[in-house]
Amino acid sequence: MINRLTRNVLMTPFLIWAGLFIFIPLVYIIWFGVTDKAGNFSLDNMAMIFEKGFWNALTLSVWLAFVSTVVCLILAYPLCLILTERQRDNTTIISLLFILPLWMNSLLSTMAWQTILEGNGIINQFMRLFDLPALQMINTEGAIVVGMVYNYLPYMVLPLFITLSKIDRSILEAAHDLGANSWQTFYRVILPLSLPGAVSGITMVFIPALTTFVISAMLGGGKLLLIGNIIEQEFTFQYDWHLGCALSVILMIFIILNMLLTAAFDPIKEEEKD
Amino acid sequence: MKYLKKIYLAIIFLFLYAPIAVLIAQSFNASRYRGHWTGVTLDWYVKLFNDERIADAIANTLSIGLISASIATILGLITCVAMKEFSRKWRATFMSITNVPILNADIVTGISLMLLFMGLGLRLGYVSILLAHIVFNVPYVILCIMPQLMSLDKSFYEAALDLGASPLKAFTSVVLPELRPSIFAGFLLAFTMSADDFIITHFTKGAGVDTLTTEIYAELKIGIHPEMYALSTLVFLFVLVFVILFAINRRKLKKAEDVF
Repeated sequence: MINRLTRNVLMTPFLIWAGLFIFIPLVYIIWFGVTDKAGNFSLDNMAMIFEKGFWNALTLSVWLAFVSTVVCLILAYPLCLILTERQRDNTTIISLLFILPLWMNSLLSTMAWQTILEGNGIINQFMRLFDLPALQMINTEGAIVVGMVYNYLPYMVLPLFITLSKIDRSILEAAHDLGANSWQTFYRVILPLSLPGAVSGITMVFIPALTTFVISAMLGGGKLLLIGNIIEQEFTFQYDWHLGCALSVILMIFIILNMLLTAAFDPIKEEEKD
Repeated sequence: MKYLKKIYLAIIFLFLYAPIAVLIAQSFNASRYRGHWTGVTLDWYVKLFNDERIADAIANTLSIGLISASIATILGLITCVAMKEFSRKWRATFMSITNVPILNADIVTGISLMLLFMGLGLRLGYVSILLAHIVFNVPYVILCIMPQLMSLDKSFYEAALDLGASPLKAFTSVVLPELRPSIFAGFLLAFTMSADDFIITHFTKGAGVDTLTTEIYAELKIGIHPEMYALSTLVFLFVLVFVILFAINRRKLKKAEDVF
């Protein structure tokens, strides 16, 4: 469409941009992570992850992110199946209503969950109305999972919904004509075709859930610390940037592992054509 | 089975809208404390329009959102046009570079940009937030534009050239109109991401400059001003109306298509 020179000239701004704002910042964070305050090379800060408090925060983060991702997948899959079925009957508005909460400020809606779950909150006021014992819900791991699922469910719904609605209806009809019952159609046709959407949904939920510090601060009551909380504190309270950066580098290793894992499960390698 | 599906939709719907209902209820609550219902009032809506801190935060959020989305859209569009011309291998490499800010954790992006700005001697404030927002907005724009650009039919553009249009003229009058939906989608997505971002803004902002999200975070510790509930109710209603109008419009378009 355009000649080589124009192409290269048009590509240059982005390459400069990416070098300055994507590559160099990563060099900075890794550099801070592997040096001490005097500026000498040292892996002491990286080794701090094996200290009890940090290690517990890391394992708790991985566990809660895993649980939230699984819950999101279990909730989103039937939802998207039902929505795509309905979408064919021309009811876009219902699908839109399920994406709408995305525009609500996530800090405020997480705080609303605080109001719902806390000791004197809405659920417990209902329980008292019926003379039932109050439930301890706020400041538990469960509360953090509720907050994560609420905040990140749309990230699972969107890619799943897009891949599911792209499946050609005639393929499903063909499966039926060839004698498959609805379970077989689902298991043999819909599920494999929707796998790419599920894979990208898993990445998009797992990484923010692993690294959040806001949800755990608000629904965990400051007692349940995730690795994100510890990193944030190193920058805003402790002012130990080298330790904060070292922990961030460890977080990046987890992100890369997660990406490699999901890439290995992605059945479609390259679908674009020239 | 049909009832089962309806019940399932209703449960998810309840889960998604319960906190929103709580926020809307609180915007009318006379008490300023959460969970204490002392009567209905419209005071918070009146006070919202007299609150300077919130007005500043709104102005910052809107201007940073609009400017960062605009710059990101322009940079993203230019990059997409260039990327289309590279071989598949190069394109895949560039695409994985563009995806880094999306795939990376917000906290890592925020901290690394803060280190860069301090290393460059840039004072943390409005400009640093703006730059950071452009950084994470560009990939969303590219993700929106690239698929449509790739599936574009080259022959119209070539026909325009054959008919004597300059490459720039052919691009602006043939390619650009075709790309309009995805450019618009990219801009909208970028604006939304910018307005909703907290973590990256938290690390790249300096004292004295606040967007809505950082203002809310600061208030969390001392108790949220109920004006915020009023504001979020208004935003919610605005988006709801927008979505309904969009859906009605689409249905009309579809009906019109069915007729022809």
